Amino acid sequence: MSKIIIRGARILGGEPGDVLIDGETIAEVGTGIEAEGATVIEAEGQILLPGLVDLHTHLREPGREDSETVLTGTKAAAVGGFTAVHAMANTFPVADTAGVVEQVWRLGKESGYCDVQPVGAVTVGLEGKQLAELGAMHDSAAGVKVFSDDGKCVDDAVIMRRALEYVKAFDGVVAQHAQEPRLTEGAQMNEGIVSAELGLGGWPAVAEESIIARDVLLAAHVGSRVHICHLSTAGSVEIVRWAKSKGWNVTAEVTPHHLLLTDELVRTYNPVYKVNPPLRTEADVLALREALADGTIDCVATDHAPHPHEDKDCEWAAAAMGMVGLETALSVVQQTMVDTGLIDWAGVADRMSFRPAAIGRLEGHGRPVSAGEPANLTLVDPAYRGAVDPAGFASRSRNTPYEGRELPGRVTHTFLRGRATVVDGKLA
Amino acid sequence: MKRHLISAADLTRDDAVLILDTAEEMARVADRPIKKLPTLRGRTVVNLFFEDSTRTRISFEAAAKRLSADVINFSAKGSSVSKGESLKDTALTLEAMGADAVVIRHGASGAPYRLATSGWIDGAVVNAGDGTHEHPTQALLDAFTMRRRLVGADTGLGRDLDGRRITIVGDILHSRVARSNVHLLTTLGAHVTLVAPPTLVPVGVEKWPCDVSYSLDDVLAKSDAVMMLRVQRERMNAAYFPTEREYSRRYGLDGERMAKMPEHAIVMHPGPMVRGMEITAEVADSDRCTVVEQVANGVSIRMAVLYLLLGGSDTALSAAPARTEENK
Amino acid sequence: MDAQHDDTGKAARPVLEAPDIARVLTRIAHEIVERAKGADDVVLLGIPTRGVFLARRLAEKLQEITGRKTPVGSLDITMYRDDLRMRPARALARTDIPGEGIEGSLVVLVDDVLFSGRTIRAALDALGDIGRPRAVQLAVLVDRGHRELPIRADYVGKNLPTSLRETVKVQLAEEDGRDAVLLGVKQATPADTQ
Repeated sequence: MSKIIIRGARILGGEPGDVLIDGETIAEVGTGIEAEGATVIEAEGQILLPGLVDLHTHLREPGREDSETVLTGTKAAAVGGFTAVHAMANTFPVADTAGVVEQVWRLGKESGYCDVQPVGAVTVGLEGKQLAELGAMHDSAAGVKVFSDDGKCVDDAVIMRRALEYVKAFDGVVAQHAQEPRLTEGAQMNEGIVSAELGLGGWPAVAEESIIARDVLLAAHVGSRVHICHLSTAGSVEIVRWAKSKGWNVTAEVTPHHLLLTDELVRTYNPVYKVNPPLRTEADVLALREALADGTIDCVATDHAPHPHEDKDCEWAAAAMGMVGLETALSVVQQTMVDTGLIDWAGVADRMSFRPAAIGRLEGHGRPVSAGEPANLTLVDPAYRGAVDPAGFASRSRNTPYEGRELPGRVTHTFLRGRATVVDGKLA
Repeated sequence: MKRHLISAADLTRDDAVLILDTAEEMARVADRPIKKLPTLRGRTVVNLFFEDSTRTRISFEAAAKRLSADVINFSAKGSSVSKGESLKDTALTLEAMGADAVVIRHGASGAPYRLATSGWIDGAVVNAGDGTHEHPTQALLDAFTMRRRLVGADTGLGRDLDGRRITIVGDILHSRVARSNVHLLTTLGAHVTLVAPPTLVPVGVEKWPCDVSYSLDDVLAKSDAVMMLRVQRERMNAAYFPTEREYSRRYGLDGERMAKMPEHAIVMHPGPMVRGMEITAEVADSDRCTVVEQVANGVSIRMAVLYLLLGGSDTALSAAPARTEENK
Repeated sequence: MDAQHDDTGKAARPVLEAPDIARVLTRIAHEIVERAKGADDVVLLGIPTRGVFLARRLAEKLQEITGRKTPVGSLDITMYRDDLRMRPARALARTDIPGEGIEGSLVVLVDDVLFSGRTIRAALDALGDIGRPRAVQLAVLVDRGHRELPIRADYVGKNLPTSLRETVKVQLAEEDGRDAVLLGVKQATPADTQ
């Protein structure tokens, strides 16, 4: 078995120390560790984190392999420091049966770059009308625990209630894409000052907040847990904060782009900024950062949404919604949360590894950096500064809103159960 | 940016006055036996219309032809565009044909901006109406009509609309005409008041440089011009207002309401009018209604815009940095 | 900035002063009456900007001589220029054709300086779109030579042989606050020295 020593990294941003990886597990954590025949990675000045976990990734396979495959998506994940991703269900065919989730799960195993945990659809075909076979997906080899119609909202209150109740049988969670469909007909961007000027259909904050309010009440009523996908408004934060204060079992995620970008960018009409939920205002961005810092929002999830070039190289209304995010997530979090002093690196480990793994009930990930744990680790150089160059992405798609933007930090190494998937910032 | 005309907000006061003054000279050409100028000979203007709008298209076509430009009409209906060709590929085709200017009408807000900034084409882009965003040449012809009527054709030369009170009534939310007019009229020193039921006013309007009123009767006496916007019947189905009758009772302009306007005040409409909805036949056919004048003025304004964008090595609108460099 | 040190460069030298200009305009007016046999069908069209002021002054002189009002107007030639694409689009000036029109009349075009002849070529084109005069003549305050087209003036205030390095600037009270014709030397621009 191969041995690796990571020497001198600040573990979770704390004191410098050494970590010995033996095979698939962490053998020892301490100082001055020596081991015969071990590869030594000198990591002074770098931060060692538990492997990052993404609760919200679109890998597009099966069906849209022109934008991403499980293989390219997991490569992108590894480059971004992730060791596990949750693959969303809105594929073609939709991941609403045991067969499809097992296919995605198997493709993830074959890729070897990052664990892939399929998410199952809540309703058949994401149509919101009939529950998918949630139990069968849970019982399949994929072991689905997170269910979501992401991309679409489970807007029927009765279907949502039943789903919340049903998944209690196997400790599942429903991840809601909160978007009231009638209030967002023809919606193109955040409704407000900028949309009024640009003449783009408004996407009101209330369309998100009303669904979240309903769902936290439903979850409380039936005693289930609900997870809110990509929360994007200050009002949503208030509702989740209130629900948590009641002791209800509510969790929430925020995307990196909602922590950094605002709807002012839409003035360029460049569809690279078109995303669902839409970019909001500066006030929303600040509220989201604060909520992530104080724990109201549990975790960061990328909502990595690859699209082929032609789906963004067009007029705004015709463009697809979404941004790739796996390879830039940690840098954006460093810029918006760490460099601003809102959270420390231990906080990053919590929001990007421990908590998402806990919400997804994912085993072997989001574990402490200590002896005996699986060696899922991410090494970050926080001093690095560089402009984002989509040409260098491992993802098959390039639809990043950060092209040319200088972002801090870089993942230098990623270890998936002791195997380096990324070495010196490059795929191994 | 000034190589193009995308938004009325991009025009300075001096730009706008220059366009109006130029249009005044263009209007005089219409009185001559030969209504054609050789100015844009050898230049190609493409009318790229993704939405049906015969009025706007023929207005641009007449303007370009009076300036001797070659005109290519490209209607998206029945063309490769309806078969899924992208805006980009259409633009590249036009570029290959050597279009010096592309006049674009598109249902998507921002499409002209994309065309002008994406590097797909080199020519000038003129926005002939994009989605619910802007329609700058309509605002220019409206301002031109107001200046002629309220200031005077000759006395108006070199002047703006300082202190004039303009009321715009109707579906502000979905109106590109209203957006362009708010920008342009404000730039020209006018005071704009928007009147509509609250459902047809956009969220975020509070940042616009104008007033908003929900009552037409309150503002009529304080208006030098009242611009009625078309209200599409389909809006009723989306619950923007209960019935046509209720809308026209509260926001329609009839003879009785027109009588409350100051004697010199004019009634405007960008067309097409829905008689019996936002405007009664009595008002539409009255001397105070400038609808037909607006159409004629549209050609003059579009001639002025095409001339100022294409009539030289560079646009005459607001010195672009490259130009001042050259002039040193 | 001193009017004598603007774009005509250093030490522009007056070659005609106000009294000279008044005198040559009087002479031109007499010549027009003589050649046009009483000038009853003359229409004066000035080319903006300064040609228009000269045309108006000539019209006054003609009235002094003939006792009749001579129709006077302006003809903007901007949109007929052959060098439009060499410079940014220019603002237009007013074309004002007297109410009687120009059909069958003797149009005398009036301009300040005759140089390459291209302006007059454009004026002839513009005139053709407006009507068909009996004949067209040209009156200029200064002819500085260097013609690039087969065009000549019928009435010349002053023939001023110049080199291409020199500049000729006409100033008129209506526009510039004083009457003068200035001869200067073109300032070397950075582009010229490269």
